[in-house]
Amino acid sequence: MNRINIIGSGLAGLSAALTLAENGMSCRLISPMPSERAQSVMAEGGINAALDTMGENDSAEQHFEDTMKGGVFLADPNAVWGLCSDAPAIVNRLCDLGAALRMQGSSPVLRNFGGQKKKRTAYAKSSTGKILMTALIDAVRKYEVSGLVERYANHRLEELIIESSQCRGVKIKNIRNGDIIPLTGAVLLAVGGMNSLFPGLTTGTVINTGDVTAEAFFKGAELYNLEFIQYHPTTVSVPEKRCLISEAARGEGGRLFVMRNGEPWYFMEDKYPEYGNLSPRDVVSREIELVKKESGCGNSVYLDMTKLDSNVWKNKLSDLRDECIELLGKDPAAEPIEVSPGIHYFMGGIGVDEKHRTNIKGLYAAGECACQYHGANRLGGNSMLGAVYGGRIAALTAMEENRQEQQPEEKTDIIKGDGCPVMTESSISAEAAGILKDSLGIFRSEEKLTKALAELSALYENESDPVMKKRLLLGRAVLLSASERRESRGAHTRTDYPDRNDREFRKTTVALYKDGNVVVSMRDIPVKRGQADEISDRDKEKKV
Amino acid sequence: MKYLIEIKRRRSEKDEPYFQTFEYETELESATAAAALAELNRRKPLRDINGAECERIVWECSCMQKKCGACAMVINGRPQLACAAVLNEQKGSKIKIEPLSKFPVIADLYVDRSIMFEALRQIGAWLDEEKRAGDKNNELLYEASRCLQCGCCLEVCPNFYSGGDFSGMAALVPVSRLLEELDGKQSRSLRKQYGKHIYNGCGKSLACRNICPAGIDIEKLMVNSNSVMLWKHLFKK
Repeated sequence: MNRINIIGSGLAGLSAALTLAENGMSCRLISPMPSERAQSVMAEGGINAALDTMGENDSAEQHFEDTMKGGVFLADPNAVWGLCSDAPAIVNRLCDLGAALRMQGSSPVLRNFGGQKKKRTAYAKSSTGKILMTALIDAVRKYEVSGLVERYANHRLEELIIESSQCRGVKIKNIRNGDIIPLTGAVLLAVGGMNSLFPGLTTGTVINTGDVTAEAFFKGAELYNLEFIQYHPTTVSVPEKRCLISEAARGEGGRLFVMRNGEPWYFMEDKYPEYGNLSPRDVVSREIELVKKESGCGNSVYLDMTKLDSNVWKNKLSDLRDECIELLGKDPAAEPIEVSPGIHYFMGGIGVDEKHRTNIKGLYAAGECACQYHGANRLGGNSMLGAVYGGRIAALTAMEENRQEQQPEEKTDIIKGDGCPVMTESSISAEAAGILKDSLGIFRSEEKLTKALAELSALYENESDPVMKKRLLLGRAVLLSASERRESRGAHTRTDYPDRNDREFRKTTVALYKDGNVVVSMRDIPVKRGQADEISDRDKEKKV
Repeated sequence: MKYLIEIKRRRSEKDEPYFQTFEYETELESATAAAALAELNRRKPLRDINGAECERIVWECSCMQKKCGACAMVINGRPQLACAAVLNEQKGSKIKIEPLSKFPVIADLYVDRSIMFEALRQIGAWLDEEKRAGDKNNELLYEASRCLQCGCCLEVCPNFYSGGDFSGMAALVPVSRLLEELDGKQSRSLRKQYGKHIYNGCGKSLACRNICPAGIDIEKLMVNSNSVMLWKHLFKK
């Protein structure tokens, strides 16, 4: 039987496994830890769908428009339309799997989220990821017992097997004893972001290293839009990492301010009256950094939640409050919390088409590791949606393309390890991390990027460890992508090119490893068609 | 602040355990045991207090902020998440770290917790048919969805042991969500499994009551599930 090898068991991986199993196709679900440890359990604020349960006349068309606009028109409009039009069905399905989202009767309650004027975000306090993961883990467990889903819960990808431009399988390593197991079959990557490049600076896990993305790149997979790294505006520093204060805090009424001449200045409300504190994340993060430099302003920005209603704290944000008290020793209901931007999401990643195919036959990608849906800036609430929907689409495509395919006989010759657990460094060296941190902040410039490229190249030459070398190669691809995009758009702000330049750069940045070099080019974005086209036509009519 | 971190080490399950002590200094008041372990493993080479070169410490860690349960271990005698164990809130400056004892050790602080996941498969912890959660018991279903599967509750349980029939609170919490949602045939079989693997084995010592790192109200879920098993199912729709 043809089996799909899914690497990663977070939301996207589970969604893919469930889709395959429900269609009678077997898969292997491979991850270094059980699903309970995946980064998806950390997702907080919610999942978007134009369910229109709050009487605001919301629609999939408006969700589409907000997503395209939030991503500054860099995402594939056909893929985004698929995402937004399917979102209500996706969230309804999650409810039917018993996910304990906040409900009114049998409909999910929706909250406000950034970059969207309508209430569109279904949630479970600020632990939405955990609650969705629990429902999906339980749903997949049924198929683990029936045998359709085979779990490899303490294995990580060692190597992608690519022969004549086709992915034939993987070699995975048992991290408990070092055994290497070759597995044949198509491969679906759902491995999350590239946290190992930014140690201590991200809100995510230390197991989402980006090593699989680096391996795919090394083996010829195209990576798209790597320069778009989301700095979430409201994070706080805790030992070893940044900790997220959910956008839900602002969705429920939290306000950002800076002290100016002794008075709190609610700068987002002044500068962006339309969306205010709930502007897209790229805008808010940039403003936080800018206001600190304005005359009369202090160097700290605060999130003020002290005016929130006690019912909001009790029913919608009790977990967020507990977390602040525990991690910071501060009660956000009583005093404002100092916040600053931290790396939260990678919009770029493994390049996929609308059906989640990479440029390598038999290799698919979904979830945060894939570049799809979010363009130059992701809207809050769209990541979990993108993971569940993308995992599903990738699985359907993999199924369609591999059901009939004759595969070579499965080889199961395991290469024995030394019996000891495999320890890998969770990140690049402090020196390399410093280079990327300095050059890939919120504000970037040719000068800094060029310098960083030279410095990183020197480290690359001197590096002997193959995993570290691939990480540095990935870092190089990010730097080159950022350098080639000579404009400012979404999460990519160039001080030397402050304007958006649609003519030259409303394109996908494509990074490819070829003949020992990282090559970056710009590619046209797919043209809208079908329903997506109708929307743009309607838009035109409105303007007329 | 200076701490002495004493770690119970073991190269593999077959090897004899031994203790090794490390010095850890930090200016961070909020430094945790997880931060200390991460910092020790960054040292090249890693040396103990006697200056002897040591192998890196094997431990599991993912989110570093109490949301994933990976770094559960026994710190100064209490099972807890290393990322939530603030060092200056411990008694004294000597911190003793050991692996959870109810699970087979793979190496150092890394244990094999697969029996927890196996138990849920054995019990049949899933919904056979779609069942939408309504607003009626939202809070209870939410609470029951929060289990980290870290194993801290099993560590303190006088009735749980590896290989036994009793699966402990780590199974009760997720199963209590399903018991609350289910009715009909699957409810009957799940109630039976609940009786066999959870209800019958629990000695009601409530040792687990205040140990859950996620702060799950275990008692409330237990009371509800027990009543569903014994009589409440009769009154469900």
